[in-house]
Amino acid sequence: MKPLVLTLKERPPERLDLSPLLPHLLAEKSAAEIARIGVQTTRRPLVVGDVFRVRMGDAQRLHIENACDRLDSIGHGMTDGEMVVDGDAGSQAGRLMTGGRLTIKGSAGPWAASAMRGGEIEIRGSVGDGLGGPLPGEMAGMRGGVVIVRGDAGDRTGDRLRRGTIVVEGRAGAWAGSRMIAGTIVIGGSAGPLPGYLMRRGTIALGSVATLSPTFIDCGKQDLVALRLLATFVGRYSTRTAKVLQRSLRRFAGDMAVLGKGEIFLAGRT
Amino acid sequence: MRKLIANGVRIDDTFAEAFGMRATALIVTAGSAGWARQAAATMTGFATSVIGCGCEAGIDRDISEKQTPDGRPGVRVLLFAVSTGELQKQLAARVGQCVLTSPGSACYAGLDGEEHLKLGNALRYFGDGWQISKRFGGKHYWRIPVLDGEFLCEATTGLTKQAVGGGNLLIMGESARTTLAAAEAAVKAIARVPDAITPFPGGIARSGSKVGSKYKNVKASTNDAYCPTLKGAVNSALDANVGSVLEIVIDGLTPQAVADAMAAGLAAIVKLGPRRGAVRVGAGNYGGKLGPHHFHLKDLLP
Repeated sequence: MKPLVLTLKERPPERLDLSPLLPHLLAEKSAAEIARIGVQTTRRPLVVGDVFRVRMGDAQRLHIENACDRLDSIGHGMTDGEMVVDGDAGSQAGRLMTGGRLTIKGSAGPWAASAMRGGEIEIRGSVGDGLGGPLPGEMAGMRGGVVIVRGDAGDRTGDRLRRGTIVVEGRAGAWAGSRMIAGTIVIGGSAGPLPGYLMRRGTIALGSVATLSPTFIDCGKQDLVALRLLATFVGRYSTRTAKVLQRSLRRFAGDMAVLGKGEIFLAGRT
Repeated sequence: MRKLIANGVRIDDTFAEAFGMRATALIVTAGSAGWARQAAATMTGFATSVIGCGCEAGIDRDISEKQTPDGRPGVRVLLFAVSTGELQKQLAARVGQCVLTSPGSACYAGLDGEEHLKLGNALRYFGDGWQISKRFGGKHYWRIPVLDGEFLCEATTGLTKQAVGGGNLLIMGESARTTLAAAEAAVKAIARVPDAITPFPGGIARSGSKVGSKYKNVKASTNDAYCPTLKGAVNSALDANVGSVLEIVIDGLTPQAVADAMAAGLAAIVKLGPRRGAVRVGAGNYGGKLGPHHFHLKDLLP
């Protein structure tokens, strides 16, 4: 069966909230019912039919075409099925997602995968700040699932990460893995200043040298079985980034300013 | 007893009576095949019989580095016990004392199952607060800092309640030398059968036992009916030409694995023939009333 396709007619005049458009919510809905779903973020009512052309198909495979950065909350709370976004996504793509697979062919805005619990997100372009992180007031960010970013990531990637894996093929901004509770972040390229800032537990692996906080302590070169397993796992999503874990790596324990049970693996230093 | 002869070897028309057991499997890896085997051999030592050892354990097979989770050479180990509680106790004690301590080792679940036994979840406290939990790819691992780096151990392993213990072959030959040759050939053949082990020394038991004894505190005693030195003194099951008997005990994860292992062993004995090997093969049972699994030798012949 063909996928259900929503094609954006033109760049909308306001930001849209696409959180009601999920495979499990659209299942068994007719085209007319889907066209009546409200997606406005202002007082002016706006429904799917106003801004999208709907082509019916299997809601378990939901495609959003001609997407742009004004489409917020794509895949918000997604539980199953597959969503493909052809174009860019706005903020909070895949927030609170628990299952299924979300693919964004363009770039995504801030707080993508925010507080995600399960499933997979692939972002072929770059992503904004706070990838996987909590919104203000939340105690933890992402707590399960896998996020792959083929491009670069913004600041505070994996902020307050609790569980799950974030893989960035390109570079990451400042404070990658800040306030991490646990979980895993692998960055293929370089990271901005102070990766792992105030991290409590968890693992960060970096593809190139970074400026670490002095509260990270050098534990020496290690050849760990755990990193082999992690390399195999990451290799399923990104062969390129898995290579970061296949080199001889130095372990830095920290952040000693807090609990200090986290670790950053760096290649290159002797 | 109906006589059945294959390649000159007499096969008794009898059956092996086996019991349901709880079992689990592990994959132990290390930096080299030698050290993986060492860890596995150590943890399966003193695990010949549930009567005295708490569990029966053995090496199922070697696993090449291409097939292990971490890309290092490994060994698959099977453990059998009479209850889930005892199996859990033996698993934690043996992995903790024998695998955790072995240089460069790591330990993974060797069996999927609805129910689980604690593996790393039981051993993690050795890390004294420095243990690290890692979850990815649907698996949960514990990393425990040790003197040569880290001991990596999967959190749980699967448990099966379909396992069978007590499949057996009684191998009877004219001399000790030929009987041992037949038993060795059978063990070698059984080693190639997946999901089955032979827990006794080198896979062979020379002290087959019967239930009970004339002494009230002894639960199992020598199987006098099969002792060649008592041929005239007791109601012997042996013929005049049998000078030596050896037993192979088989445990398997499924009844089919035990049947396959017995068939493989039987085929190897028959192939060797009576001159170089055994003149007769039997099996041990308790009249068929105690164990739910009956493996008839005539059904297992090649």
